[in-house]
Amino acid sequence: MILTPLISLALAFAISAVVILAIGESPVEALKVMVEGALGSSYGWGNTLYYTTNYIFTGLAVAVAYHAGLFNIGGEGQATMGGLGVALCCLFIPWPHWTLALLGAAVAGALFGALWALIPAWLQAKRGSHIVITTIMFNFIAYNILTHLLSKTLRPLGSMDPATANFPPATHIPGLWQLAEMMGFAWGKHSLANVTLFIALLMAFLVWVLIWRTRLGYELRAFGKSEPAARYAGISPVRITIITMLISGGLAGMMAVNNVMGMSERLILNAVEGAGFFGIAVALMGRNHPVGIVLAALLFGFLFQGGAELSLWTSIPRELIAVIQGLVILFTGALDNMVRLPLERLFAARRRKEG
Amino acid sequence: MSFLKSLLVGTAAFALLPMAALADPALIFDLGGKFDKSFNEAAYMGAERWKAETGGSYKELEMQSEAQREQALRRLAETGANPIVMTGFAFAEVLKKVGPDYPDTKFAIIDAEVDLPNVQSIVFAEPEGSYLAGVLAAMASKSGTVGFIGGMDVPLIHKFECGYVQGVKAQNPDAKVIINYTGTTPAAWNDPVKGGELVKAQKSQGADVIYAAAGGTGIGVLQTAADESILSIGVDSNQNHLHPGKVLTSMVKRVDNSVFDAFTAGADLEPGLKVMDLASDGVALAMDENNQPLITPEMQAAVDKASAAIKAGEIKPHDYMTDNTCPVQ
Repeated sequence: MILTPLISLALAFAISAVVILAIGESPVEALKVMVEGALGSSYGWGNTLYYTTNYIFTGLAVAVAYHAGLFNIGGEGQATMGGLGVALCCLFIPWPHWTLALLGAAVAGALFGALWALIPAWLQAKRGSHIVITTIMFNFIAYNILTHLLSKTLRPLGSMDPATANFPPATHIPGLWQLAEMMGFAWGKHSLANVTLFIALLMAFLVWVLIWRTRLGYELRAFGKSEPAARYAGISPVRITIITMLISGGLAGMMAVNNVMGMSERLILNAVEGAGFFGIAVALMGRNHPVGIVLAALLFGFLFQGGAELSLWTSIPRELIAVIQGLVILFTGALDNMVRLPLERLFAARRRKEG
Repeated sequence: MSFLKSLLVGTAAFALLPMAALADPALIFDLGGKFDKSFNEAAYMGAERWKAETGGSYKELEMQSEAQREQALRRLAETGANPIVMTGFAFAEVLKKVGPDYPDTKFAIIDAEVDLPNVQSIVFAEPEGSYLAGVLAAMASKSGTVGFIGGMDVPLIHKFECGYVQGVKAQNPDAKVIINYTGTTPAAWNDPVKGGELVKAQKSQGADVIYAAAGGTGIGVLQTAADESILSIGVDSNQNHLHPGKVLTSMVKRVDNSVFDAFTAGADLEPGLKVMDLASDGVALAMDENNQPLITPEMQAAVDKASAAIKAGEIKPHDYMTDNTCPVQ
């Protein structure tokens, strides 16, 4: 189980090394910068865990839908709308303390994300419009709605940024480094990871409970395995589709607590930064299991933070960093079976010999 | 597992990275990109001039996304780069947050005001330069209709627009000014195709001189104007050479000078507000051999007269950002 992703990863890095060599840079140096920048200091870890938090949410969102046979690639748009929910909640409700604000924002983000997923879900369940098409189109709609609101309505007077005003201090949630400081030790000063990480881990656990320990989860998996069989067993396809997509969209929307409330403390354009799409790769690599997703999210967090460090400290062009990230996605997600099948054959042959 | 192990060993072995040498200055470019032939490129030219003259080295960074601004700023400050110069108002909010955490580092921000004890805010008197551009445009126009194409629809660009309209109307009260903006997001700084489309639309309404204050989008404006045989006015950098004989002039913001000065001052960079205006050569109209055939002696005389009047304080082009309105339309 653990061998396949590792070999895939090694292959992706090998090809990336060739690409880096081809443009005349040193791959060893590049790997050094990535590892040192993402994992070599508590500050690097803090930023890596920040991106990990994003990917856990979006990875879980994809996985829940996947178990019901639905391919939700609208995580990007759902997280964008989640950001709107979080921003409205932080700006217009006078929160007395950050703990309450955190809960409120999580609910608001999840609600906005869920509602954004509801329309494609309804269209799929009632009208048969394919969810892959509708969710991806809804990404563009969400982006454009946000652009309009940020540049026209929510932008404070006299400000030039297409962004909301800063959230009031009562809604500033502590970063992990601040928690560490409270406990009396220095860790990753000013790094980006914040308490939302714990919400993400809690959600991973709840998703595991939902999928494998509840009646709804059973129905959901049955529906995903075979729709006619589920229908025969009295499971309503409309109900399952809509509930699953609400949960999926809610998880994606909740991501906004991390990037909007935890990091920028105001709503900016493009705050999601492709996390919705990375979530697909994270879910695929994590085999749609919460534990796998958390591990895969950590890997992608490392890649994103390491990639940012690469663009900061080397002359490797930023486009090439996207190529490296793409290669990892390709090998760990899409070409998974390329490694898995020969491996399985190898092990099967060995077992036969032993037997 | 062996892969993971080698990763861990690697981490331990390379405890330190080859980072930027201490106290080198640093320059961060905004989303338009380093080679936008306009605003960011002017900053780049200033940094390169400093490098050539002093033999020093500097660290530069191009922004990839909105979300990475804070991280980039912090990482640069932590390497000890000093001073750190950033181009563009979009850094203002982030700098307000990051600046106080690094009291020993000097920051310079171009086009925005950030009131911190370690920040130099460099702002330009765009209305003054744009006023002169307007005077020139009104004289060069045969149809009596001139155009303005802005980048992102923000108060800063309305400053250009308002100064330009005032100059046009001062020269020819009956002139008509057509105004368009490329968009409302930072993407509008880098959309030459849309810029070109706007030129065609304005030409069909009679405009024969078009002023582009749009960063990288302006490249498309100047190109299409040259193709359509009408005149254009460049911005920020001297863009006269892009289409010799077809660019009337360029309203130059000496961003290069301000970067050069900040780099030269080094760690002794003086905090506070620094206004670059006509009198201090912070803004100017570019006159060179490329636009010489287009400028008649009367035009030159009119510009010189207006310029002297502004410097003497007799003409005060209205600054849009003081009250978010423009007295002329």
